[in-house]
Amino acid sequence: MTDAPVLSLRDVRKSFGPVEVLHGVDLDLRAGEVLALIGENGAGKSTTMKILAGYQPATSGRILLDGEEVSFGSLHEGEEAGIVMIHQEFNLAEQLTVEQNIFLGRELHNGWFLDKARMRRLAREYLDRVNCTVHPDTRVSQLSNSDKQMVEIAKALSRDARVLIMDEPTAVLTGSETETLFEQVRAMKADGTAILFTSHKLGEVAAIADHVTVLRDGAVVHDGRAADIDEDGMATAMVGRDVSDLYPDKAGAPDDVVLRVTGLDVPGHAEGVGFELRRGEILGIAGLIGSGRTEAMEGLCGLRPARAERIEIDGAKIDIRRPSDALEHGLCYMTEDRKLRGLLLDKSMRVNLTLQSLDQFGGLMIDRAAEERALDRAIEEFDIRAGRREMRVGNLSGGNQQKLLLAKVMMSDPSILIADEPTRGIDIGTKQQIYAFLRTLAASGRAVVMISSEMQEVIGLADRVLVMRLGRVSGTLSGDEITEDAIVRLAMGVGAGDSERAA
Amino acid sequence: MTSETTNSPMRRALPSMSVLGPVLALIVLVVIGASLNANFLGTANITNVLARSAFIGIIAVGMTFVITAGGLDLSVGSMAAFIAGLMILVMNAALPSLGVGVPIILLGMAVALLAGLVAGLLNGFLITTLGIEAFIVTLGSMGIYRSLVTWLADGGTLSLDFELRTFYRPVYFDGILGISWPIIVFAIVVIVGELLMSRAKFGRHCAAIGSNESVAHYSNVDVNRTRLLTYAMLGLLVGVATIMYVPRLGSASASTGLLWELEAIAAVIIGGTVLKGGFGRVWGTVIGVLILSLIDNILNLTDLVSPYLNGAIQGVIIILAVILQREAKAKG
Ligand SMILES: Nc1ncnc2c1ncn2[C@@H]1O[C@H](COP(=O)(O)OP(=O)(O)OP(=O)(O)O)[C@@H](O)[C@H]1O
Ligand SMILES: [Mg+2]
Repeated sequence: MTDAPVLSLRDVRKSFGPVEVLHGVDLDLRAGEVLALIGENGAGKSTTMKILAGYQPATSGRILLDGEEVSFGSLHEGEEAGIVMIHQEFNLAEQLTVEQNIFLGRELHNGWFLDKARMRRLAREYLDRVNCTVHPDTRVSQLSNSDKQMVEIAKALSRDARVLIMDEPTAVLTGSETETLFEQVRAMKADGTAILFTSHKLGEVAAIADHVTVLRDGAVVHDGRAADIDEDGMATAMVGRDVSDLYPDKAGAPDDVVLRVTGLDVPGHAEGVGFELRRGEILGIAGLIGSGRTEAMEGLCGLRPARAERIEIDGAKIDIRRPSDALEHGLCYMTEDRKLRGLLLDKSMRVNLTLQSLDQFGGLMIDRAAEERALDRAIEEFDIRAGRREMRVGNLSGGNQQKLLLAKVMMSDPSILIADEPTRGIDIGTKQQIYAFLRTLAASGRAVVMISSEMQEVIGLADRVLVMRLGRVSGTLSGDEITEDAIVRLAMGVGAGDSERAA
Repeated sequence: MTSETTNSPMRRALPSMSVLGPVLALIVLVVIGASLNANFLGTANITNVLARSAFIGIIAVGMTFVITAGGLDLSVGSMAAFIAGLMILVMNAALPSLGVGVPIILLGMAVALLAGLVAGLLNGFLITTLGIEAFIVTLGSMGIYRSLVTWLADGGTLSLDFELRTFYRPVYFDGILGISWPIIVFAIVVIVGELLMSRAKFGRHCAAIGSNESVAHYSNVDVNRTRLLTYAMLGLLVGVATIMYVPRLGSASASTGLLWELEAIAAVIIGGTVLKGGFGRVWGTVIGVLILSLIDNILNLTDLVSPYLNGAIQGVIIILAVILQREAKAKG
């Protein structure tokens, strides 16, 4: 199968202003082969993919399609050549329906009119292929993130691609959704499609890739068959050091209770949620997507309407009506959605870093110099890598955005941090740094709640695990009870089907 | 590891076209004006232009905050007319008891400021607490105030008592050190506004809300309160502008303040504030206001182009300004 490459890059360089981010990348995509492009945050994976698909021009170098040099003047030419890309960020028109999105730009016609019947039939068929049960008439804005991703994939299927490029398609998918996606990938591969994808979940890479290319700081540092490299090898090649020791040691016996919540109701999402959080511990919250974990914690922090029978911090009963009440008591929520709720993508790092804690930077007037110093410290402490200090935060790589978000939340010096999916879309080296950071935070007399859909991270990091199902706490596990099996059983409800993915 | 991020924080790039554009346009207008008419740069003409700019300018500063926070206010022109009418009615009614003097002027000013504040709060309340589109709310209140002033004036003109008018005139025509009051007040509003926008928490919060409301909410910014404050501040500034405006003509009618809202919004946009919110600059707005009044002034002073074409030229400038903004964004 691995004959001449369909699409290749030769010595491709890319600069943004004065900063070169790709330093001569070579890459080959072959028909019927899955190539995984992996690397740290900011290594240049998304940039490479965009160049391949014609979304961005390379600064220099050649793109070869079937061995012949091409230059995609526009996106359209890329699509004409049969190259389809699914972006790291969703690329759907939120106000249009699922069906309209699938056929956007290539609506089917029947004479002068749209061929609605055929589009409906095909849309249904593509959605069925990815096991997506949403109705084609649903507005995209009403879908959950994982459904949006499935619609993106259905849209890509409808394009009959020769080359399919997927930038972190599984970041927002659950395990079973990922499996569905991979079935489709295998089917397309069998049909002779060349597939390029990236993921920070190296287990997935090992499972699906035929070939692995590793980027580090904009240059290819490893290129070879997937069978010849294991997960540890990939991680080491990406990061440049050994990261097999991913999780820090767990804490000893936790102390007194710092937060006690009873009877927390978030209308429409969660009911009667109660738990205790002890000083010095990391409490994991597991559950399926849509089980109300995020909503319950947002409700607790005054970010959405909620009622609680009783909330105690350090033994004293408190009331939380708005986010500022929570912050005053040292309770801080870090959102799972860095792009829509976490960061102002059009603003600089400085503005983002201090937004939540502007009070620390002067009274009425803001002390710019102090802000700059805070940014210096944050860049240093969280190892944020940005091309230019003043650049739009939207142009930072995903992982660096996440580190900035963590830095921003930490500016308010919370004694209880609720981190929602803190490592989504983050490379393994940075994950290790964030785990170590959360552990140190807990060990310094504070407490951490971590909502996570990544089973391994819950098991590896949390001292105790709270499992939620259908808006209620279905159980708590600690010590040796924390196993994948036990969590799954609580998350699904014993004997219950998995028909509860409604978000 | 962090070597690539240690660029000096103070490094400045060349100012972009979105900064230079309005400034260049203003300079070009001044040069054209000076070359066409010898009196153009005379003190009298400059004072005249600045004083006339002051009304729209004061309002446009408030509008800059509203737009930066992702809002819009179409009601300011008719609000000004209504406040002017109300002020005149109250002063005339109080004349028998208070007599001509400083107290009655202060009463009139208090009425104007209070009415502006209340009108702004009302717009803000409907938009934030009840969550109705700003465009709809202010389109509605625009109609309401315009109709109220017409009704108060019974279709005609409300005039300030003659003696009172003579006493009040200096507020528009006099000043200190040869600088008239409207210009002084305008300057103060601009300086405070610029500081508030670029240096204060309030301006930062406005930009954050306009840029992404949910991010602001999740960052402990009180979105509704900040928005409400922008409308209240704009209402208050409409009151201030009216205080300066009433002594100029001493009357109010259905056509007072007509199209001021559009001129104010145009000035804000020409100055580089983004219409959909998230970024605003007060000094840009000042330049926008000056550009609009200079075009008017040059057309009146020279007979190259008919003054009736004023609107057309302003329209072209607004569209050009937005194109410049987009170019700057595409590059930036
Ligand atoms: N439009 C842009 N302007 C300036 N710099 C950019 C732009 N787009 C990307 N960069 C920079 O290019 C580098 C590579 O970014 P890229 O998004 O390709 O990384 P990535 O490997 O996809 O990372 P991640 O795993 O975090 O998604 C980063 O340093 C990023 O800051
Ligand atoms: Mg990326």
